Amino acid sequence: MNTDHGQYLLEMNDLHIEGFSDGQWHEIVKGFNLELKRGEVLGLIGESGAGKSTIGIAAMGFCKAGCRIKAGRIRFDGIELTDASEETKRKLRGSRIAYVAQSAAAAFNPAHKLIDQFSESVIQHGVGTREEAYADARDLYAKIKMPEPDTIGFRYPHQVSGGQLQRAMTAMALSCRPDLIIFDEPTTALDVTTQIEVLATIRDIVDYFNTSAIYISHDLAVVAQMADKIVVLRYGELIEEAETRQMLADPKENYTKSLWAVRTFKKLSVPRSTHSEPVLRVNDITARYPKATQPVLIDVNFEIHRGETVAIVGESGSGKSTAARVITGLLSPQEGSVEFEGQTLPSDCGNRSLEQLKKIQMIYQMPDTAVNPRHRIRKIVGRPLSFYLGLEGSEKQQRLNELMEMIEMDPKQFLDRYPGELSGGQKQRICIARALAADPGFIICDEITSALDQLVAEGILRLLDRLQQELGLAYMFITHDLATVRAIADRVIVMLDGRIVEQGPKLEVLTPPHHEYTELLLSSVPEMNPDWMDNIMAQRASQKGIQAAGN
Amino acid sequence: MRLITADKISLSADRLSRAYQLLTEAPLSAKFGIIVIAVYIFVALFAPWVAPFGESEIVGRKFQPWDDQFFLGTDHLGRDMLTRIVFGARNTVGIALLTTILAFVLGGVLGILAAVVGGWVDQLLSRIVDVFMAIPALIFAMLLLSIFGTSIVNLIVIMSVIDATRIFRIARAVSMNVVVMDYIEAARVRGEKLPWIIVQEILPNISAPLAAEFGLRFCFVFLTISALSFLGLGIQPPIADWGSMVRQTAVLITFDDYTPLIPAAAIALLTVAVNFVIDWFLHKTSGLKDEH
Amino acid sequence: MLLQRILLGLLTLFAITLIIFLGVSMLPGDAAEAILGQAATPETVAALRKQLGLDLPAHTRYLTWLGNILQGDFGVSIGNGREINEVLGTRLYNTIFLAAFAACIAVPLAVILGILAALYRNSFYDRSVNIVTLSSISTPEFFVAYILLLLVSVKAGWLPSLSNVRVDTTFAEHLEKTLLPALVLTLVSMAHMMRMTRAALINLLSNAYIEMATLKGLKRFRVIIHHALPNAWAPIVNVIVLNLAYLIVGVIVVEVVFVYPGLGQYLVDAVQRRDMPVVQACCLIFAATYVLLNLIADVLSILTNPRLLHPK
Repeated sequence: MNTDHGQYLLEMNDLHIEGFSDGQWHEIVKGFNLELKRGEVLGLIGESGAGKSTIGIAAMGFCKAGCRIKAGRIRFDGIELTDASEETKRKLRGSRIAYVAQSAAAAFNPAHKLIDQFSESVIQHGVGTREEAYADARDLYAKIKMPEPDTIGFRYPHQVSGGQLQRAMTAMALSCRPDLIIFDEPTTALDVTTQIEVLATIRDIVDYFNTSAIYISHDLAVVAQMADKIVVLRYGELIEEAETRQMLADPKENYTKSLWAVRTFKKLSVPRSTHSEPVLRVNDITARYPKATQPVLIDVNFEIHRGETVAIVGESGSGKSTAARVITGLLSPQEGSVEFEGQTLPSDCGNRSLEQLKKIQMIYQMPDTAVNPRHRIRKIVGRPLSFYLGLEGSEKQQRLNELMEMIEMDPKQFLDRYPGELSGGQKQRICIARALAADPGFIICDEITSALDQLVAEGILRLLDRLQQELGLAYMFITHDLATVRAIADRVIVMLDGRIVEQGPKLEVLTPPHHEYTELLLSSVPEMNPDWMDNIMAQRASQKGIQAAGN
Repeated sequence: MRLITADKISLSADRLSRAYQLLTEAPLSAKFGIIVIAVYIFVALFAPWVAPFGESEIVGRKFQPWDDQFFLGTDHLGRDMLTRIVFGARNTVGIALLTTILAFVLGGVLGILAAVVGGWVDQLLSRIVDVFMAIPALIFAMLLLSIFGTSIVNLIVIMSVIDATRIFRIARAVSMNVVVMDYIEAARVRGEKLPWIIVQEILPNISAPLAAEFGLRFCFVFLTISALSFLGLGIQPPIADWGSMVRQTAVLITFDDYTPLIPAAAIALLTVAVNFVIDWFLHKTSGLKDEH
Repeated sequence: MLLQRILLGLLTLFAITLIIFLGVSMLPGDAAEAILGQAATPETVAALRKQLGLDLPAHTRYLTWLGNILQGDFGVSIGNGREINEVLGTRLYNTIFLAAFAACIAVPLAVILGILAALYRNSFYDRSVNIVTLSSISTPEFFVAYILLLLVSVKAGWLPSLSNVRVDTTFAEHLEKTLLPALVLTLVSMAHMMRMTRAALINLLSNAYIEMATLKGLKRFRVIIHHALPNAWAPIVNVIVLNLAYLIVGVIVVEVVFVYPGLGQYLVDAVQRRDMPVVQACCLIFAATYVLLNLIADVLSILTNPRLLHPK
């Protein structure tokens, strides 16, 4: 079967794909070319809407509902997929080209056991018997170091953790030993410490079977670990293509360079002066949600000073967002108190005075849901002005203009628009303007850059930094992204399971020696170095070896 | 000031032309629906001028066949059927509309309140509504009508209370979708009071689904009241009403006479028309782009 | 979860008996006055009241009433002074016969046609189904009933226009006499069922695991049978049971049109005569059936949910 039909396993020539929305067809992919050799791993990188998933899935001769291939050719191992019959393509899918989806939890059928879903392709494509497939599944599960490899396959998807499920899906893609696997952002939904395990699994197994792969991601550092060759996409067009090392060392195109530059922004960190008074002080907070038995925050203590940025870092479920809810008064803690400028705040925001409320503002993760889609920008930004400060008429207009200038948006152009007409980054700027309108002393930023593309995110970070210098604001940055922490924080608080495990000035926390968990967290964040994962895995293995020897 | 009014005028003119454009783009079924509804409204408003005779006037013998004088014949008392049909548009539709509006005010306000306030208010209201909804509407209506008697006022009150429970569910559900949004949380943290949150933040976002729901509930109320009238438990004589007209002339059907089908068709036509319009409206507003 | 749902169902039933009982006891006057009519003297009314237990406080009367019903005793009709039980049995049987007959035709037909509409979504077939079912939902039951009656019975003379069954009617005869009303019920309830089936299936087919199954190169048939169906039971069962509940109510109007001696006709007569014990009995039975069917739907969907079937 694997007779060579030419130099390339997969070729795309001048591929055009259209999607249907708002009553007409729009081009999503505009004349894309690609060549993939046998055994090669190609990284497909781009921001949201670049068309990378569409291209990935087109490699299987498939289009999502509402999409169509308008022109161009896709050739897989000598087979012309654009002309091929459904039946031909069906026989290729799963057996010779496999797919790994972004969310394994959604892509596994909840009604069947993992091992049955593993063996389904094998049996249906006539590659082997059920017994053979079962045995192979156990082998593969063992190879990727799943816990209890002999029995884990007999569990249902919801009985397995997210990271394990994603690895099981990788194993499933390999069940027929395909020539090509499409990985569609397989680690985007995972925490960093889980992500590294899944990445290691994928790489080991792709290497082991010498499978070709297309690895789709928006995260450069991740792709750098996985791919031999990187293709940069933007708005459905190929921007640049090069070998991974060459691309990282010497990007040619401006757009690529700007992507690379994102991680270079660094705030000038100012050390906290010893005698400054904290703006916000959180005292021994223990909190839990109504009806929950386990507290989400346990004995949390920290303070934030004027002009300072404190980053709270942790993975999902660490309690970092709950801390924000306690500070804003949405969740009353069981124990402890929140002090603002030396004054203890009522625990419920309903009991706080306007003067207290306006001082603490919040910016949210999803700019889409943080502004009312039925209000014009004028109303969104203007409401705090009239509500807190009683500004009306020309005074209000004057202030609105100033605020819009502050966030670098033209008041004439934007004040009378609805949020739906704005991009994600612009909406996030409007949220910042709304927070500023209240004339606050302290702003909570809850994962504000995680829903944005890297370039846009950096713009937001720079803007916040400038505003801090001009207005002396204090920020609390809630994030799981350590690159953001490195960029903007003065102090860092690391949280795990509702407790603070470590806190201090950024340099202190980010340089060794670390607390054990901080170490794990820091070392799991992919770096823009193709050798990073090899090094880190070798390091972890040797540490384990030392521990084992010590025991 | 003058500038603003000029702005508003151009804005509303703009809206009108956009509405007109929307209409011309509507599918055939929706256009049909809009025309039918317009005709019904016209007939209902101008019933005394449209109808050839008075509403309860006895003008002929019993069950006269269709002829030039009595276009659709006469009923069991010798009243002109066409006249009764025309007045029925006013009575049957009017009563159903009034009931739906009452139900909407009651159910809508409580539903939104339950979603926004939450806690025990929500729990209490929702459990009460659960029990009410566990009894089929028609059965519940019959129970209450037999307790309180079958007057028009009772009918309207009973039906609007029963239907309010259904509207409560919908209003609560759509509000819930909005209440979980960050902008509501932002308004709460800002210190906004309940009226602002409901009127300014929530209402604009749920008006489209609620408008569609209004149409659907109207159809349901209209059909239920017609069924009750048909069973002799709804709108009572001598008021001209389509449901009771079907019942009064039903015997004719066994003599191969179409008369009883006319008021029944009048009911069906209106609900079909409303449903077509809503179907189109829902497609438009929900952004369902699955036509292709 | 399961136990919780069943308890909730029982609680709802209990609440319904309370509503029905309290509603009726809010009436001015009582059964004693109603039975004796205007000619009654205060003494005779008081005597009968005592005999019927109406002089007892409301909660004792409620408990006695509930206790009797649990033993299958629905009391005495005011209209003719007869035991309600005598009539109720045959009436209930007739109604269930008609509803079950209609369900046997409507359920399989609607589910299959609904599934086809979902599978061939946006095809000509699907769009016609949408128009037809929309129209049919909006049509009052008696309109469909009279049209069928006119066509099938009056013009063609194939089936009787009255469904006057008696106790001694044979099963075959019963079937023949109820065919027309059953067809009417089928037509009326099928539209709902088809639309709900279609919506449930489309919702199901939009799941990521269905796309995954397609991308595994499985045949479309296998995707539907092996991947969609095991997850479709809950929504489809839900649709069916809800429509059975709908049939139970729709049956009332159809019974009146065809003068069929079922529970619905009995209830309508009782409401007109304000024969409260009968109204109570019929409403209770209708409501209880409705609650039970909803309970069954929820229990089945809990039982077929893989997440609950195989807990962690």
